[in-house]
Amino acid sequence: MFGRYSFIRETLPIVGFAAVYLLFSYWFESSYYKLILTLVPIWATMGLAWNLLSGYSGLVSFGHASFFGLGAYTTTLLLVKFGITPWIGIPISMVVGGLSGALIGWPTFRLRGHYFALAMLAYPLALLYVFEWLGYQEVAIPYKRENGLAYMQFGDQFGYVVTATLMMVAAMVLSRWVELSRFGLALLAIKQNEAAADAVGIDILRAKLKAIILSGAIAGAIGGLYAIVLLVVTPPSVFGMLTSAQALIVTLFGGVGTFWGPVIGSVILIPLSEVLHAELGHILPGIQGVVFGFAIIGVIIAAPEGLFWGIRDRFMPVPSRRGRDTGTSKVPEAASMHRTKPAADAPVILRVCNVSKNYGGLKAVQNVNFDVPKGAIFGIIGPNGAGKTTLFNLLNGFTPLSTGQIFLDGQDITGLRPNEVCRLGVGRTFQIVRPFMRMSVLDNVIVGAISANENDDMARQQALEAIEIVGLADSVDRLANSLTNKELRLMELARALAGKPKLMLLDETLAGLGSGEVEDLLHVIRFIAARGVTIVIIEHTMQAMVRLADTFLVLDHGAVIGLGEPADVTKDPKVIEAYLGKKWANRA
Amino acid sequence: MGELAIITENILQALAAGLLIGCIYGLMCAGLGVIFGVMRVINFAQGDFMMLGMYSAYYLATSFGLLAVLGPFFGPVAAAIITGPILFIIGIFVHRYLVTRVTGVQVAGLEGEGHFAQLILTLGVALVISNGALIFFGSEPHSIRTPLSRTAWEVGPIFGDAVSIFINKARLVGAAVSVLVAFGLYIFVTKFRFGKALRAAADNPQSATYVGVDVDQAHRIAFGLGIAITGVAGGLVASYYPFQPYVGIEFVIVMYAGVVLGGMGSIIGAFWGGLIIGLVQQMSTLILPTQLQNTAIFIVFLLVIFLKPQGLFGRNAERT
Repeated sequence: MFGRYSFIRETLPIVGFAAVYLLFSYWFESSYYKLILTLVPIWATMGLAWNLLSGYSGLVSFGHASFFGLGAYTTTLLLVKFGITPWIGIPISMVVGGLSGALIGWPTFRLRGHYFALAMLAYPLALLYVFEWLGYQEVAIPYKRENGLAYMQFGDQFGYVVTATLMMVAAMVLSRWVELSRFGLALLAIKQNEAAADAVGIDILRAKLKAIILSGAIAGAIGGLYAIVLLVVTPPSVFGMLTSAQALIVTLFGGVGTFWGPVIGSVILIPLSEVLHAELGHILPGIQGVVFGFAIIGVIIAAPEGLFWGIRDRFMPVPSRRGRDTGTSKVPEAASMHRTKPAADAPVILRVCNVSKNYGGLKAVQNVNFDVPKGAIFGIIGPNGAGKTTLFNLLNGFTPLSTGQIFLDGQDITGLRPNEVCRLGVGRTFQIVRPFMRMSVLDNVIVGAISANENDDMARQQALEAIEIVGLADSVDRLANSLTNKELRLMELARALAGKPKLMLLDETLAGLGSGEVEDLLHVIRFIAARGVTIVIIEHTMQAMVRLADTFLVLDHGAVIGLGEPADVTKDPKVIEAYLGKKWANRA
Repeated sequence: MGELAIITENILQALAAGLLIGCIYGLMCAGLGVIFGVMRVINFAQGDFMMLGMYSAYYLATSFGLLAVLGPFFGPVAAAIITGPILFIIGIFVHRYLVTRVTGVQVAGLEGEGHFAQLILTLGVALVISNGALIFFGSEPHSIRTPLSRTAWEVGPIFGDAVSIFINKARLVGAAVSVLVAFGLYIFVTKFRFGKALRAAADNPQSATYVGVDVDQAHRIAFGLGIAITGVAGGLVASYYPFQPYVGIEFVIVMYAGVVLGGMGSIIGAFWGGLIIGLVQQMSTLILPTQLQNTAIFIVFLLVIFLKPQGLFGRNAERT
């Protein structure tokens, strides 16, 4: 999907849809129906705004009414107080929406999951009361008798249908562009696995901020138009729960994470609820809410990810998930033999000085020192709970150090965020694989390549090369969730490799593999090392490690208890004791 | 002296009102806390279930005659308590036929573990319940009117004879019942076998399955129980607060603020969270205009989220 954006091809269906919609709308005489036909693109746009943040990045926001409401009040007050036309007011609303997105996002992105969702809920409701307190309980748009057009007051309601539809088209084109850009890919990666995205060099906070600013800008602009269309704003109508809920409902109903979703949802739900209200509202007040409620319950039970995905899965099923199992990796065996151990005077690529990490009284890592020479395969071993993974988390910036310093190629990298460490040339894999499950192998690896490559085609090329190296070339189009454990491990290697690292941190890459599979992995790792990448690998199974690593560092209870050639280290009584207990140490 | 006395009186009055309302808020938060803590589902319909609790208590007290039989003290209390089992059954059905479709193993493969689906489902349920209530019960406000709602006990005069506080009788009764029910919930969750199973299912659903806890059943009971508890709180609110079918939305915010404040997953924490919300709401009237009462809640809520996201009584369970 990534990197194949053609403006014309992507925009044509959107423009076509808008044209059909406008022709259809023109056909209606009644201004009431035209109002409904204006509300459809307005709520579709609001849904698109919500989708841009929540659908793509997975951060559910209950607070989009903040941006919508601020936009509505900006346009209205500019017109009422200063006589500024909405033609200028709505763009200003857009800026206000974007700015408030940055202001709200910056502190709130420290939170995740449910906490984020609930914190977002508080902003519009707080704003609602503030605007009531300021005395803006009800602000009406003044009617401009002459020169209405200059104030966005059309003689025919159809003018609003056109304006709203054009804004929807703009939001759709923007959304489609995001879906296909590296930025969209980064958001998707964040949604699926934030830690992994961080480790492959994506600046998470920046990507999220960019998303919320775009999203807030769209919501602000459409809020401004909404005020002009309805001619009156009240705090509950623009900041209320229902505003956020409406954006959420049209999107989730239509399909989350695709730009068609909010449009489909809005086209179906908005007329349904309005017509029900008009036809039955006077006999049974609330009937539209009941029918509306049942409709969304029904759809969500039938298609939990929304209509778009439900229909797509039914009519265009994803090719069989367990299609081809490539079996063995295709690394040329001879190639891996060309590697030579680094010379004794090889330059140091990674220097770890007095590194410690305390959790309260627990010393997870204490006073660890070591140097990794360039080109080495450096093994870190130790029993379970020795602090190996914690040490890796310190090295690539997931966990802040308590004390100590870390140097990469002589540069101090202490305290950098994982994505910064990654961009300096440190790749990493995880003990528990962290693939982006619903992305193809290729897209998974491209995510690893985008931070190292300015150019999208280069990123793609780099990713394909990395996939070739680990021997997954036959599986590029398979979804990550259809891969075997070994293939996932290989894919993680490729993802780390695609960022062109100087140094790779491999966390128990061999865990859970059969002996034949271990051999394949060993070949791949040696092959990568032979290409000049320094490897630091954690394992607790000695057997494979003895054959792989040049140097062993042994950790126990967070401290270094041995360092040297594998053959020597494995004979060290202290090391044997750590693994097997005192009894065995004495026998050896 | 006169001015100081007025200030003291105002502060004590707000404190008393905050404590009483806070206890009732605490109970409704504890109800949501059970659902959120055990199932990790954001239930938007919680406020609307509470509204059902209010109507249930109202009709039990008036049409069903509890008020006439048991009198103004025990009538509303009995109505609120009986509301519990009624809502429990409703909750069990809603879980069995709706919520279970979008939680648990069914959604393991979906994006965001089905959170999107849960949100929209509960929003749908909220729409159906609140608008259905509008059809059935009409839009005019109701409340369980008893002599207690309109009278107060005077505490004092204290500090000489300048200061005295008035305590609304209906609120006091409501607060007392809330504390008792919350205490009962606490005992159930910590001391009883099934309560422990609930906590196990909350802590780690997978491991709980391995040690023989029926997680699906635990979720169902938690959902029913949470709605029942919140419903009882609603029944108590009904004795001093006029309500209409859309009242739920006002309280859903209070509930989530309380639950987050107390630490998600801690049921008793949720009670304290609700109590704090009640206090903040009432105390803020001393310095802020009444319209900004709820803004004060949100500010406290945001502050807690930023400064101590695991809540005042919660643990931080996130792992890298």
